[in-house]
Amino acid sequence: MKMFNKIFLTALLAGGIAGLFLGVVQNLTVVPMLLEAETYEATGGHHAAETGAEGIVEVWSPEDGGERTFYTVLNSVLVGIGFGLLLTACYTFRQTVSLRSGIWWGLAGFAAFHLAPALGLPPELPGDTAAEVGARQVWWVLTVLATAIGLWIIVFQPARYLKLAGVALIVLPQLFGAPQPEVHGGLAPDDLRSTFILTSLISNAIFWTVLGLLSAYFFNRIGEQG
Amino acid sequence: MNTVNEVKNTIALIGTGAIPWATVYAVTAAVIVGVLIIGTVGFAGPEILHNAAHDVRHGLSFPCH
Repeated sequence: MKMFNKIFLTALLAGGIAGLFLGVVQNLTVVPMLLEAETYEATGGHHAAETGAEGIVEVWSPEDGGERTFYTVLNSVLVGIGFGLLLTACYTFRQTVSLRSGIWWGLAGFAAFHLAPALGLPPELPGDTAAEVGARQVWWVLTVLATAIGLWIIVFQPARYLKLAGVALIVLPQLFGAPQPEVHGGLAPDDLRSTFILTSLISNAIFWTVLGLLSAYFFNRIGEQG
Repeated sequence: MNTVNEVKNTIALIGTGAIPWATVYAVTAAVIVGVLIIGTVGFAGPEILHNAAHDVRHGLSFPCH
């Protein structure tokens, strides 16, 4: 039961704090760009278009302003705890996790969950053209898995041929290629899109660095106190 | 294969009690709960969940719609 408490407490504390930080950063950086992109969407946005197509039902969505900010922060905290649980679960396989290796663990998480998928599916603005969402989600999940396993093999397996297999695992989904739309682009201007892609990636890299650092810190601290 | 040996060793360690079952349960629970949370925030289909998590999904570069 001790290890259970250690993992979940570490993830709650580190993921909660890092997620709160992510929520604040997102609200200051990427959210204003999303709001701007939505102004380019025809007929009042895709939500209206979707519900319009089905006919009648008005589905709840948070009001712009305080309510929308609240739900963004709430979901950031939740996803921070989720990522924290996966990261801390990995820590149990190692003897110790120094703060410096915590940063490396975090950057590996960023590479697996954001950088590698973004090579095939760049962060999207509302109104961007894209392939069917189900196909993109499948490619995203497979790419995250392949990249995470590939990185693990490269770092922890001593044999050179195994490291090559790790590299192959990372490259494979990129060679196979992500589902792409017939025409690239969208309603928002290209400037906004390229700024958004860069800002999204940088904010996620900072989030994962903070998460890696905090989770390593709490994982060691909670261990000391038994 | 090195990886195969590593898996065998890990299973042997669990068998002898060097890796307690409590740790195996804890790691399994953490992975399941973690994946469920990320899946709900990032991928859940119902539109009400999509709308609540919309900006986070875009910010995290999850495939959104």
